[in-house]
Amino acid sequence: MSGAEKPTAIRGDVATDESVSRRSFLLVLLGFGTVVMGAALSVPLIRFALHPLLTKTTEIGWSDVGKIDEFASLTAPAKRLIKVVQRDAWRRIISERAIYVLPPKNGTVRVLSPICPHLGCSIPWNETKQEFICPCHMAVFAMDGAKISGPAPRSMDDLESKIEDGTLKIRYQYFRQLIPTKEPLS
Amino acid sequence: MPNAKEPERSEQLQTATFRQLLYTWFDVRLGVGSILHEALDEPIPGGARWAYVFGSVLLFLFISQTITGIFLALYYVPSADHAHTTVAYIVKEVTGGSFLRSLHAYGSSAIVIVLLLHLTQTYLYGAYKGRRELLWISGCILLALMLGMAFTGYLLPWDQKAYFATTVGTNMASDVPFVGTWLKRFMRGGDEMGTLTVSRFFVAHVFIIPAVLIAFIAMHVYLFRKAGAAGPPSEDPVNPKLPTQRFYPRQVVMDTIVALVMILILGSLAHFSPTELGPQANPADTQYVPRPEWYYLPIFQWLKYWRGPYAIIGIIVIPAITAALLVFVPFIDRRLERRPWRRPIAVGVFVLILGGFVAMGLMSVHDDQRDPSIAKQVAKQRDEVEQFMREPFEPEGAATSLSAPVVAVVDPLAAAGKKVYDSESCDACHGENGVGTNAGPKLAGAIAQKSAEELSNLLRHPTAKMIEGEMKPVDVGDEDLKALVAYLKSLK
Repeated sequence: MSGAEKPTAIRGDVATDESVSRRSFLLVLLGFGTVVMGAALSVPLIRFALHPLLTKTTEIGWSDVGKIDEFASLTAPAKRLIKVVQRDAWRRIISERAIYVLPPKNGTVRVLSPICPHLGCSIPWNETKQEFICPCHMAVFAMDGAKISGPAPRSMDDLESKIEDGTLKIRYQYFRQLIPTKEPLS
Repeated sequence: MPNAKEPERSEQLQTATFRQLLYTWFDVRLGVGSILHEALDEPIPGGARWAYVFGSVLLFLFISQTITGIFLALYYVPSADHAHTTVAYIVKEVTGGSFLRSLHAYGSSAIVIVLLLHLTQTYLYGAYKGRRELLWISGCILLALMLGMAFTGYLLPWDQKAYFATTVGTNMASDVPFVGTWLKRFMRGGDEMGTLTVSRFFVAHVFIIPAVLIAFIAMHVYLFRKAGAAGPPSEDPVNPKLPTQRFYPRQVVMDTIVALVMILILGSLAHFSPTELGPQANPADTQYVPRPEWYYLPIFQWLKYWRGPYAIIGIIVIPAITAALLVFVPFIDRRLERRPWRRPIAVGVFVLILGGFVAMGLMSVHDDQRDPSIAKQVAKQRDEVEQFMREPFEPEGAATSLSAPVVAVVDPLAAAGKKVYDSESCDACHGENGVGTNAGPKLAGAIAQKSAEELSNLLRHPTAKMIEGEMKPVDVGDEDLKALVAYLKSLK
């Protein structure tokens, strides 16, 4: 690119017929090698970027609700605040959520999520009417969470629960709204 | 026989025509032809050589650093309280995280090595001669920028070694006359190393220096093309006479092969010997022996020899002269003679300085090995790093997400106390339910466990230390105070 004209070219610079096939073979080989190497290197890059999709980065553990004896004599749903420990990638977050423990039937305790399956408002227990009544669109549920009337597509959602060493534990989850079946949001 | 070959030939002709048509279609619209011509047909006097590969390899490594760097930023958080956790998360949890981080870390060392090779080759070949002063100076600026990248990137993991090496590195800035103290505070974002230092280094490492680097790389390549390849040392740098060879294919092939070998080496190192992360920076550690990355060891060793009133000569004057010599060598060594054996002074000075660097680096390593207390501490630090690497990833407890602790205020007295707590604005400093804020200590827990008597006494008559921290004596009636104490004691 400097001003002076180059007088001659080195042998091999301009392709001669016999050299062309050998050279193009080598070029193809090198090009192939480069592509293979590039592809091999892009694998860890893609896996790195897709890590949250390939492995679980958010995780919900079991939360303590209280001693099971506390709930034995319940006559109405009892609201309890629980601490939910969640794994959010590199963080461990502890947040507070409300739940309802239902009066035990035949010795089994059910726990309801207060989130309305209609549009997600929090449903309070109405002591006088003995019903759950959602303040947003007046969806009404019975004491056991069964749908009575209103726009809700299904009954209130049960939360997975278990009893360990006399302690009631639950796994807090959110469920998809506006559909007739209970489907957890992962 | 000719008949048999006939259809095959016409087929070849057809495909050739189709390819040609396709190429022309794009060429007319994109100008591929002239771009390819510009990029690939650069004439090299004397032909392609392995000695010329370093520039392309540097460009390749820079691209690799950019890609791996962008990916690492997917998970990294530049703040003193999250940096180390997020890097630990990358290394210990994220798929391929350790590999990618190692590729990035080893890549920085590789860039320094290839930069030195590129510089040495250019210098020994006298390729800065013949109207190439700006080309050379832009290269020197690129060298400084790359060292800046290495320096700023080193701090980001916020482990012990990063923290202490950067503490020393930024302290050195305060030796600069007149503006030294200011410069140090500017780099750190204050007197102390802290979260602002991480922010500043991150912004420099990820936005500012790369932007300037890209501009200078473009300028460097442009100036190189403008001046033309210098060719071998026997070549006239202004009016080349040797027969030429185009950049494509031979030089391209050589450059590609070296780049592939490079990535193979880096990949193997990253896979078989991944870069380690040490324990989180602990500014209170008084035992830590900080050591910089290997390419800064010569400077580190050099600075040890300069203490006292003449320190400025060693710390500022000599390095400044050396840097000036390097930058202005095309103006000093102006003859067109390029063969190294005919340039004994230029080559001699270069070899002397380079040798000095190597010697300093080796002496630094030797000094550390000879001093038993340092050797012991360095070994201890290595153990700590290995210990940390063995531990599983520990997620960070996000304190802020913990909305006020669940306080079941069952006791009516405590419930009344909560009203007092809120109406007296205790929560303004001590937070809701006494969780504590920057302005006031946490009350829940240890403090709340004091006896009721002690608590009410403290509330009425805060200690001098409490008053210093803006704690006001609580001015409420005895009933309310009793309730407040009951409430405080209910905080767990």
